[in-house]
Amino acid sequence: MILSAPLVALPRVPEPRVPAAGRAEARFAAGPTGVRGAGARSDRAGTVLETRLSAAMAAAQAGDAAAYRQLLRDCLPVIAGMARAQGVRGEAVDDVVQETLLTIHRARATYDPARPFLPWLRAITQRRAIDRLRRAGRRPQEVHDPFAYEAHADAGPEPGARLEAQERDARLAEAVKGLPEGQRQAVEQLAFQERSLDEAAALTGRSKGALKVNLHRALKALRATLSREKEGDGV
Amino acid sequence: MSETSRQNRSSEHDRLVESLVGGLAPVRRLPPPGLRALAWIAVALGFGVLLMPMADIEGLRARMSVPDLRVAALAAVLTAATAAFAAFQISVPGRSLRWALLPVGPALLWIGASGLGCLRGILAPSTDIPGTREVESCFTFLVGVSLPLSLLLVVMLRRACPLHPTLTAALGGLAAAAAAAALLVPFHPHDATATDLLMHALAVGAIIGLNGLAGGRLLAGKDAPRS
Repeated sequence: MILSAPLVALPRVPEPRVPAAGRAEARFAAGPTGVRGAGARSDRAGTVLETRLSAAMAAAQAGDAAAYRQLLRDCLPVIAGMARAQGVRGEAVDDVVQETLLTIHRARATYDPARPFLPWLRAITQRRAIDRLRRAGRRPQEVHDPFAYEAHADAGPEPGARLEAQERDARLAEAVKGLPEGQRQAVEQLAFQERSLDEAAALTGRSKGALKVNLHRALKALRATLSREKEGDGV
Repeated sequence: MSETSRQNRSSEHDRLVESLVGGLAPVRRLPPPGLRALAWIAVALGFGVLLMPMADIEGLRARMSVPDLRVAALAAVLTAATAAFAAFQISVPGRSLRWALLPVGPALLWIGASGLGCLRGILAPSTDIPGTREVESCFTFLVGVSLPLSLLLVVMLRRACPLHPTLTAALGGLAAAAAAAALLVPFHPHDATATDLLMHALAVGAIIGLNGLAGGRLLAGKDAPRS
């Protein structure tokens, strides 16, 4: 509500005429930065903007094309700000701006120059913004996006994952079985059972040094066997 | 959003602004909602004047001497006027939606007073019970009067910009139904009874519902083109 807050506090009676100095300020106020300016300055800028837009709309009702063009261009940032205040984000803001412009055009006879312009504009913008938000809410986004649907990763395991794991375990067990006795024991105790060197030494009756050397050699041998098997698979 | 697409959108805005400026024609400002409501009420009264030759003045005088019938008739008139006024108000962008609450009081009074009439019918069963034919003609009258009044109201409301088409149409329906019920008073050949009230309630409900459905669509059709 950054944008609309200063505009809410507008006096009901528009100023009769905008002085030349005020026009430059009003042009500045038409940009979003000007409208967001803080404090009394922003109030003043809002009043100037209000007066100018109201006068332009009255001229447009009489058929003044130049005033109408300037009015619509000035309204663009104001509508965008109001739409954002309503919770519209991203590209949807531009959609709301366009739909609001169309409604302004259709409803221009309903504007009464004796009343302030910005509340009239805000009522239309809020309606279009709510329409846009509702339309976006009704449409489930992902189902209508085939790429996102296809590319979405499944949280669970892939099909056949268990079979593959079993196969891998069997192949590893086979390879371990083919190792010399000392190396096989070292692998089983230290790697499979996850025992410490001390425990393994106590259980097998071998020295810690021998276990380390055997584990090292076993891993080297397994790496060689398994990678050879894998390459053989590929051929 | 990338810089190029941002520029694309802003040139799209420029194109739309140019096409709207190209389609600009001078428009006549819409009269204030109060005046427009008065115009519609005048048409409704015109209906009453047209039907005057058929009126049962003697019966009307007799019925108006009964307090709750008088109150019910007055409340129907009030409901029609306030609902029409509220519908015209909220069909203008920027006007408060609280106007929609305006006809609630008169409508409650109207329904309450008619309900009292119904109670009296039960307490004093000797009162004239309407036959099926009469009930039928009463229903036809209500719908026949309120249909053109509704259509006129929808046409008039479409000239404004109803941002809340369903609410606007429902208020219009209430206005038309209440006006028809008020116009029915001088032609009603008997006092209010339970069946009578039920028929009125049905007719009023049908009119509001149809208006909410059809009128709402009609009003929305002008205001918000489906993309």
